[in-house]
Amino acid sequence: MARVEADVGKPQGKLMKWIDDRFPFTETMKYHITEYYASKNFNWLYVFGVLAFVVLVIQFVSGIFLTMNYKPAAADAFASVEYIMRDVEWGWLIRYMHSTGASFFFIVVYLHMFRAMMYGSYKKPRELIWIIGMMIFFVLMAEGFAGYLLPWGQMSYWGAQVIISLFGAIPGIGDALVEIIRGDYSISDITLNRFFALHVIVLPLALIGLVFVHIVALHEVGSSNPDGVEIKDHKGPDGIPLDGVAFHPYHTSKDLVAIIIFLILFSAVMFFAPDMGGYFLEHANFEPANLTATPEHIAPVWYFTPFYAILRAVPDKLWGFILFGSAVLLPVFLPWLDRARVRSIRYRGWIYKTALSIFAVTFIVLGWLGTQPAEEIYVLAARVFSVLYFAFFLLMPYYTTIDKTKPVPDRVVYHG
Amino acid sequence: MDKTKTLGGLVAFLTLFAAAEGLASGGGVVLGSADIDPGNISSLQRGARNFMNYCSGCHSARYVRFNTIGKYLELSDEQLVDNLMFNADKTFETINAAMRADDAARWYGTAPPDMSLMARVKGADHIYNFLLGFHIDPDSPTGVDNIVLPGTSMPHVLWELQGYQTAVYSEVTTTAANGAVTTSHEFQEFEQLTAGLLNNDEYDDFVRDTVNFLAYIAEPIRAERRKLGTWVIIYLLVFLIIAVMLKNQIWKDVN
Repeated sequence: MARVEADVGKPQGKLMKWIDDRFPFTETMKYHITEYYASKNFNWLYVFGVLAFVVLVIQFVSGIFLTMNYKPAAADAFASVEYIMRDVEWGWLIRYMHSTGASFFFIVVYLHMFRAMMYGSYKKPRELIWIIGMMIFFVLMAEGFAGYLLPWGQMSYWGAQVIISLFGAIPGIGDALVEIIRGDYSISDITLNRFFALHVIVLPLALIGLVFVHIVALHEVGSSNPDGVEIKDHKGPDGIPLDGVAFHPYHTSKDLVAIIIFLILFSAVMFFAPDMGGYFLEHANFEPANLTATPEHIAPVWYFTPFYAILRAVPDKLWGFILFGSAVLLPVFLPWLDRARVRSIRYRGWIYKTALSIFAVTFIVLGWLGTQPAEEIYVLAARVFSVLYFAFFLLMPYYTTIDKTKPVPDRVVYHG
Repeated sequence: MDKTKTLGGLVAFLTLFAAAEGLASGGGVVLGSADIDPGNISSLQRGARNFMNYCSGCHSARYVRFNTIGKYLELSDEQLVDNLMFNADKTFETINAAMRADDAARWYGTAPPDMSLMARVKGADHIYNFLLGFHIDPDSPTGVDNIVLPGTSMPHVLWELQGYQTAVYSEVTTTAANGAVTTSHEFQEFEQLTAGLLNNDEYDDFVRDTVNFLAYIAEPIRAERRKLGTWVIIYLLVFLIIAVMLKNQIWKDVN
């Protein structure tokens, strides 16, 4: 098989040598890009890691420009967002980019996680990649939550009020903890100011650090693939995995196609439906925060609603908080909950396939239920689906053990 | 097989996208469609006139500048000054209400809300039906109530144009499973009591133009983003073709 070789990473000329003598530039490029081999049979589900990185860049760039015009003060915040939308040149584009990016970040990350669950990407030796990934998810949730307060709309204010007060359910330290988070006895200018600091400095720094570690860990063990076989087990005489192709130019050229399709979908929302019917930008958030009037119906943004539905399904405040926290934390333990001997769904039995399908439906239904008012029928449904959510994880050690698996091929299946 | 999956995902995404775009927020009553035409500049001009003449005395639009309106509505600075700017000197000023908020709160019990973003909060249909929905109510301090927002403290400012109407209710009797009979009143229709300066159709158009203007000021950039978006997507589609060709070229030796 003829291999296309990229120019990047080959020392050329005096300048490269000068740099390479002082910094491992060529070596790093080779290790991570031109000589990082990943399976040639990736399907479209394998693009979401790269897409998450693209959204991260979009959020950083648009966020920097927003910061130049936004005022983190209760008296000015809402007006400064409208100033960005109306008076700042291209401000509307920057703001819609950032708000659309927030929702797309979660769409992409949820699909990235789902792909890992389909193909058992978290299984040995990739447990640490998965755990770091979950940490990225937690930081992302915090980042989204802090960012949502900043426009200081009705939903920003009351959504934060509801979520922060959850911590009050913790016995003993609850009330003190809530005061520490808010910095005040209720959500105020002080809260807004510290959330701004968290949103633009603390959490983005944590995010960059974790993403870096996520990729370093990935490149150490190598990417998994839809067949769940180790491509490193079959190397050619040149030491290159037979079923692997270099990240650049092979995977990069494929990722470029994915990135453009992604940008088309992103643009469709950003330019034609930035509100997404009230899901990406909630209607009530176009009203400035009013401390004396609660909105008719408080719901967090869509990406938190699956967990919010679980919280509301429990009548007791403390237990609601515990189950909410467990629902978020449980996926961390997937590498040990899953006892199947095969990684990929392609070679698993009907039990896991059914369980994963039910889980996917459960997650979407819970998300929808979380956006609905807390009426009896919805709460009842949320209880049923919460049980299914937890059953997927807690019964996993059992059903993955008894599930009949198919033999895994020696090498990856590639259809060209 | 992978290609059909990708296509399926795309279709699912676009369906979600279309469904979300179609959603509108409603109140308790069934809302008729405002059926506004955001591209109709003369409708927007009439709407601006209506808003400045009938609404801006009490309602501000504090994020909206006159020159922004002028640019999109094709009005010169002179036209703005002569026709729309009753209490503003410079075209870069925003629309401020003549009435002071604390006076308003004392007189009406609550200050009239700012209208800059009302169409994004409530939706155009809501405002349209609200402006059509005033009816005589002798128990209310203003003499009227509203079918869309019962208990509103806003008087029927447009009575001169619409005239007064009463709400006709029908009695709905429901028998519960245990045999208990309950009667409730359900809104049926309006009955015109006194004629206004405008007939029904003219008033309808008046309200529609006004709502069209409110929807415009809620997001002045709407038309521009759609226009730009079309070009961006066309560009990306061309780029996509090139990227696919590049990918196929690079991957052709992989077996």
